[in-house]
Amino acid sequence: MEGEDKAPMAASTTYDIRQLVGRWVLEGASQVGRLTYFVIDTIRGLVEVRIWLPRMMEEAWNIGAGSLFIVLLISAFAGAVTALQTGYQFTGSIPYYVVGTLVVSSIILELGPVLTALILAGRIGARYAAELGTMRVTEQIDALESLGRSPSSHLVIPRVLAGLIMIPALTVLANLSGIVSGWISVKAVLPVTDADFIYGAQYYWRPWDAYYSVIKAFFFAGSITVISCYMGFNTQQGAEGVGKSTTTAVVTSSVLILVLDTVLTRLLLNQ
Amino acid sequence: MIELRDVHKRFGKQVVLNGVDFEVREGETVALMGPSGTGKSVLLKTIIGLIKPDQGTIIVDGKDVVHLKRAQLAELRSQIGYVFQNGALFDSMNVFENVRLGITDEDKYRDLDYCRDRIAECIRLVNLPADTIDKYPAQLSGGMRKRVGIARAIAGTPKYLLYDEPTSGLDPVNADIIDGLVERLDNELGVTSVMVTHDVRGAFRVADRLALLSEGKIVMQGTPQEFHDSPNAKVREFLERDFDNPSFAA
Repeated sequence: MEGEDKAPMAASTTYDIRQLVGRWVLEGASQVGRLTYFVIDTIRGLVEVRIWLPRMMEEAWNIGAGSLFIVLLISAFAGAVTALQTGYQFTGSIPYYVVGTLVVSSIILELGPVLTALILAGRIGARYAAELGTMRVTEQIDALESLGRSPSSHLVIPRVLAGLIMIPALTVLANLSGIVSGWISVKAVLPVTDADFIYGAQYYWRPWDAYYSVIKAFFFAGSITVISCYMGFNTQQGAEGVGKSTTTAVVTSSVLILVLDTVLTRLLLNQ
Repeated sequence: MIELRDVHKRFGKQVVLNGVDFEVREGETVALMGPSGTGKSVLLKTIIGLIKPDQGTIIVDGKDVVHLKRAQLAELRSQIGYVFQNGALFDSMNVFENVRLGITDEDKYRDLDYCRDRIAECIRLVNLPADTIDKYPAQLSGGMRKRVGIARAIAGTPKYLLYDEPTSGLDPVNADIIDGLVERLDNELGVTSVMVTHDVRGAFRVADRLALLSEGKIVMQGTPQEFHDSPNAKVREFLERDFDNPSFAA
């Protein structure tokens, strides 16, 4: 009797799992389709320069001025910790100038762009998703459409382009802040001279590293802004929906930043 | 003219519109009534192309809304003023900028002098004080927000006006003010209007004709008198509460 009871249960569980996987696949495909349509719609709106340009300038100022302090602060701490740990690990085993090499490379290649992007995914991504989500549930986006105006050129393009300009710019400043902070910190705890640090920084320096840092920041900016605007645009079900799309925007863009980080490193550095 | 033929719409398993036939003639005001949740707002949104029906034909001003291209739809929308249930004002903009967005002709929108005059006129038409234009939506009462929403809808001198429950959530005094405003605007501007409402009193006061939407279909269309005299059970059920109300009879 027991065996007879278990067989239909197992079949039903398998059926449930298949149903669940099928639903995930369909939902995933539908999200990709909607995202593609959203991106195409955004690109189409680029022709309305008179609409998006002034709003983009305003948005760029908001991102830059609003995020500068936190970005510089966090990258300064990251630079300081990198320098101090390098000093701790390598004291006595390798020349001091290597600290300069490690601090500059770590900050420019990895910590500067990734930390800045993760901070801004929380700060800007959450703001964009919440703003657009609230506009969706309060019918403000519908109102814009009903007036014959394109929500893409009024709402999405200014935000995406402002992010694509300002996030790489903030990354460059974050890199500088991290390096300067690392330099100051390492001098405070190790007998490293300015000349040692500069020599180390220049020894393995390749101009491509700086381009690589900015290219990564550009891709991260795209993922933060597009994902957040998309999530906000597709918000449903009132205040709860706004909270859900904000969280999803931050989590998705943060994961995407880490995935892109790996892919871009493989594509641009390991050739 | 607005014409809907055999319009169907479902969201998931929920059938909202199940073969709606509906018509609004040039220059008339039609009140679309029905209990909450019967798809009145969905129907209104299909007219302006904000929601695409699963099946059926929607003709506005001789154009098939469902098959219009993006630019053509934007062009058609510039002739339609849509008043949203809660105003749907842009909360990052003041009243001036909100109403200005309703000026759909791009050249006029760029002309600041024209905008100032037109916005002042629209604000006056909806009986709001002139200093309202500097205020933000958060500084306005519910009734004022609805009136700014109406001002925005008429700013582009539309041929059609669609009102989505303009009196919902308002106290009777403010609801009467809005009904009076809708009536006056329709007379003064000579537009073709559809007003979605579940307020029977307001509908009888404002509309030339009424339509009752129930279970995804238009149960009846006719003049207020025809509705009043109708033996149809669904019509009677919907109207009875207000007919029994002494204030309605008055």
